[in-house]
Amino acid sequence: MPNKDEKKAGAPSKEDQPAAKPRKKKSVLWREIPEPRAGAARREDADRGDGGFEPRIVAFACNWCSYPAADAAGISKLQYPPNARIIRVMCAGRVHPGFVLRALELGADGVLVSGCHFEDCHYLFGARRAAEQFEKVAEIVRMLGIGPERVRYEQISAAEAPKFARVMHEFVEEIKKIGPSPLAGTAEGELEVPDAVGEERT
Amino acid sequence: MAAAEEGVDLRKELAEALKKSRALLCYECGKCSGVCPVARFDRSFSPRSLLVRAVRGEDATLIEDVNVWSCLTCKLCDTRCPAAIDYGLLTKSVRAFVRHEGGEGMCTHGGAVHALTRIMTSKELEQDRLGWVDDSLKISKKGDTLFFVGCAPYFDVVFSETGAKTLDSAKGAIRLLNAAGVEPMLLPNERCCGHDLLWNGDVENFRMLAQQNLAMIEESGAKRVVVSCPEGYATMKVDYPNHFGDLGFEVVHLTELLAGEIEEGNLEFEGDGETTVTFQDPCRLGRHMGIYDAPRAIISALPGVELIDMQRSRERGICCGVGGWMNCTSFSKMIQATRLREAKSTGASVLVTACPKCEIHLKCALKEQMLRDELQIEVRDLWELAASRLA
Ligand code: SF4
Ligand code: SF4
Ligand code: FES
Repeated sequence: MPNKDEKKAGAPSKEDQPAAKPRKKKSVLWREIPEPRAGAARREDADRGDGGFEPRIVAFACNWCSYPAADAAGISKLQYPPNARIIRVMCAGRVHPGFVLRALELGADGVLVSGCHFEDCHYLFGARRAAEQFEKVAEIVRMLGIGPERVRYEQISAAEAPKFARVMHEFVEEIKKIGPSPLAGTAEGELEVPDAVGEERT
Repeated sequence: MAAAEEGVDLRKELAEALKKSRALLCYECGKCSGVCPVARFDRSFSPRSLLVRAVRGEDATLIEDVNVWSCLTCKLCDTRCPAAIDYGLLTKSVRAFVRHEGGEGMCTHGGAVHALTRIMTSKELEQDRLGWVDDSLKISKKGDTLFFVGCAPYFDVVFSETGAKTLDSAKGAIRLLNAAGVEPMLLPNERCCGHDLLWNGDVENFRMLAQQNLAMIEESGAKRVVVSCPEGYATMKVDYPNHFGDLGFEVVHLTELLAGEIEEGNLEFEGDGETTVTFQDPCRLGRHMGIYDAPRAIISALPGVELIDMQRSRERGICCGVGGWMNCTSFSKMIQATRLREAKSTGASVLVTACPKCEIHLKCALKEQMLRDELQIEVRDLWELAASRLA
């Protein structure tokens, strides 16, 4: 993307204050807004409009509740869509707004933060912290206009495997309805669409 | 990476920056390291050593060195350097180079602010960022003046815990403009000015943000863009033209505009008891852009407000401790505590800031109970303070 013009990059040196320099003719250089980088193809792919859009979901799950719940859902052979990459955290309170934003930046179509019920948090106030942090990131996502539905906060205890499966179903359905993230296909090092998606299990 | 593919040789650019910043003339006197607020507390940081290594071409040591990201880019060293070296320019280029080679400065806030600004490079974004504009604020759809809000709506959320109300600052700025008879346009889909990414060496994303802002400003037809955030101002006034040539509109800092109106008697304030305040010069407004008197003129126009400058003020002012949301460390806290003590020692009960980041950082430092109890000083934003005194 950067073109030759970038040679001028950098701070003004002391002699280089714009006022001191004879002004050039009005520039049109900035009109060539660069296209999104590698990965744009992915977005079209995701958007192919035949109902084949498979959302990419990142799920932050607390080690003491939601992660075991996901485990238990698997052990009890509960079916749920495999669209989520689950990232285990020691406590949902660790999930800083930055984590969620970073996932969205990398093209996630939805981000789930799932932790303990308030009174169950292993670290006492962690679940409340998670709720506070989530409130912030939800507001940021709303302001960014990428759809407040793309982020979701849940409290799922280790005993609630069916709830985990249900939340996954609901979330994936919802994201399918609103379509791919407007950010998909613009970042370097994007997330991959999960391979197993769409293949019926026997 | 993209830049390499298209043949931009950052090594060559760094070499050019070395020349342009006059770094080759350094005679290793060490005055920069002596005056640097970071080096004062962090013994591992030495601007001189970084410069010397850049000059010698010791790239490998630069790429690995976390201290590449420690500089606040406050330009205090520039005021002392006997060889008149532009350390800011050098740092910017060194960082672009190091980032390109795989080094990365960390955003302290879990990457939140940098991710947020990079997300804004997306062309498809339809933001909903003006929810705070209520009926008391007069804005217009068409006009000559545009107010560039900056990231205040986002900072207000991300940094809510520090107690910094950056939106009050934005609202205050618009109230002051209204009082001066200006009803500015606002950009509903404004992007971050790109300042933080640029100073973190991410030139590519900086340019994407800048281009979108420039396109939107052109579409609005504005002839004058008023900026209240010193960083946004410096970026638009200096870095945008550096990258894109003449912009076709004028960039004005709100302090300049208001100081002018005050001088002409168009703005009146009312008293609210006697207060003594002191002023924190933002590095972007002061040393970067040379605006020292305008904010002082505004404070002095407030009846009953006495301004006493800190010992180190104006060109000698000390930065609020963190630059570009990177490397907030215990050293930053020490810088902030020292600065707050200095503010208190003037006898002031309020420290006035004119930059959203100064406000956030200094208020954050005051969250420490001991310091708060010891100093009993309040941090207030200039726009919010002045707007609360509008007659
Ligand atoms: S103050 Fe200037 S000349 Fe002295 S060591 Fe620093 S950069 Fe070099
Ligand atoms: S710009 Fe400021 S923080 Fe950076 S080296 Fe110079 S004095 Fe230190
Ligand atoms: S331990 Fe599960 S949310 Fe804190």
